[in-house]
Amino acid sequence: MDAALLPNRFQSWFAARGWAPRQHQLQLIDHLSAGHSTLLIAPTGAGKTLAGFLPSLVELEARGKRKPGTAGDGIHTLYISPLKALAVDIARNLEAPVSEMGLPVRLETRTGDTPSHKRQRQKLNPPDILLTTPEQIALLLSDPASARLFASLKTVILDELHALVTSKRGDLLALGLARLRRLAPGLRTIGLSATVAEPDDLRAYLVDQPDPEGRALSHMVQVAGGAQPDISILDSEERVPWSGHSSRYAIRDIYELIKKHKVSLLFVNTRSQAEMVFQELWRINDDTLPIALHHGSLDVGQRRKVEAAMASGALRAVVATSSLDMGIDWGDIDLVINIGAPKGASRLAQRIGRANHRMDEPSKAVLIPSNRFEVLECQAALAASKQGKQDTPPLRQGALDVLAQHLLGLACADPLDAVATHDEIRSSETYRHLDWETFEKVLDFVATGGYALKSYDQYAKLRKGKDGLWRIAHPKIAQQYRLNVGTIVEAPMLKVRLVRSKADGRRTPVGRGGRVLGEIEEYFIEQMAPGDTFLFGGEVVRFEGLRENEAYVSRTKSDNPMIPSYMGGKFPLSTYLAEGVRAMLASPSTWKALPDQVREWLEIQRDKSVLPAKDGLLVETFPRANKHYMVCYPFEGRLAHQTLGMLLTKRLERLGARPLGFVANDYALSVWGLSDLSLSFSSGKIPLDQLFEEDILGDDLDAWLADSSLLKRTFRNCAVIAGLIERRHPGQEKSGRQVTVSSDLIYDVLRAHEPDHILLKATWNDAAEGLLDISRLGELLARIRGRITHTGLPHVSPLAVPILLEIGKEPVYGEAIDTLLADAAEELILEAME
Amino acid sequence: MSALTSHLRKYAAAPVCHDIQINGQLVGLHDSGVLWWPDESILVVADLHLEKGSSYARRGVMLPPYDTGATLEKLAGVIDAFDPACVICLGDSFHDPDGSDRLPAPYRAMLTTLQLGREWIWVTGNHDPVAPVRLCGVTVDEVKVGPLVFRHEPVEKVGSSEAAGEVCGHLHPAARVRRFGRSIRRACFVTDNTRLVLPAFGALTGGLNVTDKAYSMIFRRRQFSVFMLGNDRLFPFTASRVVGD
Repeated sequence: MDAALLPNRFQSWFAARGWAPRQHQLQLIDHLSAGHSTLLIAPTGAGKTLAGFLPSLVELEARGKRKPGTAGDGIHTLYISPLKALAVDIARNLEAPVSEMGLPVRLETRTGDTPSHKRQRQKLNPPDILLTTPEQIALLLSDPASARLFASLKTVILDELHALVTSKRGDLLALGLARLRRLAPGLRTIGLSATVAEPDDLRAYLVDQPDPEGRALSHMVQVAGGAQPDISILDSEERVPWSGHSSRYAIRDIYELIKKHKVSLLFVNTRSQAEMVFQELWRINDDTLPIALHHGSLDVGQRRKVEAAMASGALRAVVATSSLDMGIDWGDIDLVINIGAPKGASRLAQRIGRANHRMDEPSKAVLIPSNRFEVLECQAALAASKQGKQDTPPLRQGALDVLAQHLLGLACADPLDAVATHDEIRSSETYRHLDWETFEKVLDFVATGGYALKSYDQYAKLRKGKDGLWRIAHPKIAQQYRLNVGTIVEAPMLKVRLVRSKADGRRTPVGRGGRVLGEIEEYFIEQMAPGDTFLFGGEVVRFEGLRENEAYVSRTKSDNPMIPSYMGGKFPLSTYLAEGVRAMLASPSTWKALPDQVREWLEIQRDKSVLPAKDGLLVETFPRANKHYMVCYPFEGRLAHQTLGMLLTKRLERLGARPLGFVANDYALSVWGLSDLSLSFSSGKIPLDQLFEEDILGDDLDAWLADSSLLKRTFRNCAVIAGLIERRHPGQEKSGRQVTVSSDLIYDVLRAHEPDHILLKATWNDAAEGLLDISRLGELLARIRGRITHTGLPHVSPLAVPILLEIGKEPVYGEAIDTLLADAAEELILEAME
Repeated sequence: MSALTSHLRKYAAAPVCHDIQINGQLVGLHDSGVLWWPDESILVVADLHLEKGSSYARRGVMLPPYDTGATLEKLAGVIDAFDPACVICLGDSFHDPDGSDRLPAPYRAMLTTLQLGREWIWVTGNHDPVAPVRLCGVTVDEVKVGPLVFRHEPVEKVGSSEAAGEVCGHLHPAARVRRFGRSIRRACFVTDNTRLVLPAFGALTGGLNVTDKAYSMIFRRRQFSVFMLGNDRLFPFTASRVVGD
């Protein structure tokens, strides 16, 4: 489209600001007016959001004002964002051009925070543009009025699509889109995305997939990246630590960087890192620079304050977790500091994109590796960034628990025809492989629980009528559905309340009505005893005790908080960066780019042991303090290593090698035990090829999983999403734990009596993909076949030091729970005998 | 076989229990969660909550319908091992008053077989205040045998004479201990050697932590022991070692 063909109001609006419509904005108008769904890939600062809305604004302008007294046309455009804050922010930004151009457009937001009377009115008198979230779409689609509401829908805009599609919310949205397409034939979608590895995945997500074989794709408009970002790795004078994630060594350097720039955004990978960095910065903040903290567990009010201060330019730096990764405009940031390893090339690119919203100027970023392996990882990320490489994960297969939730929602809206619904669902890229048998099982699950023992037919939630259509048995079921909609199952959280300390030996927490600092995961508090200290909200607090659903803490002067359950990096190392690190290790010619101390470390490794080969696996064994250690270096990320560690321990136990435990990080894995592993491997008593044989993913895995608490947690999430157990709602907590049926018990009963139940299948799929990283482990085992190098050493190698230092910091696995109990009981006996 | 050798053989074959005294009476706690009183050949089991699954299903929460089967199978195993002359079910045997009526025929048959050749006492509970229908056994609100009294809910008086020798259920006791940064939570027996609370036996029954204030109504603060259920053995702890949830 030629800019001159834009309606006058738009032309003069652009002109009045000294702007011109950008090429991609015009292209998008063209594609949409030709009826094509389109994916727009553009870096931050390219005017992506305006581009998404322009086609709708132009159309609505042409439609003109509604005559007073006539019925509305229904919703014209839906805008769906992964964050409700983003939807609200965008609405605010969009209102300006709409009113400045005097467009006859009504736009409104609808989120969980929207008051119910407004939501009701939106159904009766819908706005032209509705800005909302995937959960709200699901809710609207479960309403009997949905057909009317969406009949004249023309466009759906999906913001931050790259982030949405990697989660179960993306699945829920895919199902919602399939329904919207059926309600509004001819519907066009616009996907707005950052650069991704496989744009075709997103293009397929956006459109109807009529053909079970071929893959239909949307149109695509790609905006070339702006100027090359200016990324460097911190070259500190300080000693780079062997292990750990604190980056404490570099805190001076970080502070100096903040001082030299106007506004810095500091990204860290976990909440505890955020707390630590924030506290350390303030400790040396001699100039009292306004430095703030932002992470997901802080009180909402606190977060909003930080966001407002940032937008108004009152801050010099914000320490943030991924809660700030996305979209919202933070004003003029001129430096991004990434603390710890970036874990993925695309993640790094997106974080760096947060700096400097003008495309023509390079964004500036500094990477702060927190240990020696992370130096290698940062180097690999830097190389990837120079080449513009991406490593976003591939599109996921739709989850069955989400499908169950969706089916109940559809039945709440309208009587459900099973065959037509199956076709509708398979028309989405995410669920295209859903076979009829699985679909039927999920439908049966929704109706009666889907058990082989058909004893609940009389209590069915869905009943099939004489006309062959499925209907909800009672209006109450629709109510139940509304309370359970959504795919985010929060870990049970406790409020953290500040009270006066009464360390006078009384056991009950005292002081009342203190300030709420935020929320914290229940499992974290479970590990604590009164008197333990930890970092929260940027201060060291002392745990005083629990009262109902609140954790009471008091201020403390302690400088050294114990952070007992540091869970390591939240994101596992991406496959792409792992390959980069392996390649770098295997070719000493590339080491000149590394800091001296890191290079020396690798050189000593080469002299004393062996360097890991690019495609093989190095296995080192050595004795240390009456134990025998095995360390291997797969570089496949913590999750895959944990799974491998569990399996190796089991197998070594069976082979009589008496393993005691193991520990895993993103790069390596160490197993230790009582028997001489060097001898067992070199004598061929335990052939390494056999130890790492791919069949390890068979029976051993099943046996271990049967009792794994990991799987139980996954099951709980699936059971909540699928609607088997009800969500805990705020205010309901007091009903007490003994009243709610524990999902662990349900899991045990189900596993014992119906191991192939659809919900266990969903759980297994989830775990294999997420927690266990089975597919990555499988690829590793295939890759290293016949390429395993064993070297028996007299003592620990340089490369092995970091992982051995993790022992005691990371959770150690492999000890049976009953052994722990017996131990504790025996200790008590000893105590009694003394 | 003489009566004596038959008695001795039975005694030798009886499962290993943890022997404790309640109100001066020697009784055994078993890791399945039952109480075994060898002198009287009485087996006591609390809070079976049979038909809990179907009770929830009636409200649209489709819990697996296998809880009754799982509970009865486990009970059958215990009865087979101890071969008691008398079984006392300490209340909440059914999850709701209609539970016994809903009991599917195969389970009814299974339960009836278990009752054959022995005395069977249903103590009423808050979930099942009425006698079960179409089942054998005597229904009582409480039953006294020697120095022990069996009822569902404990008398809420610390150290009263009514509480002496009381064996009850109702609370679903569970305990948590912390060890090496991990915490372990299990169902448990709770006792101060005057009275005893049994863990819930049913397959879908959760637990209430012994640090909850409900227990302060029946035990002097921190003056009790717990016996946590493990695989093949019990783990004893004093109250000072257990922690809240």
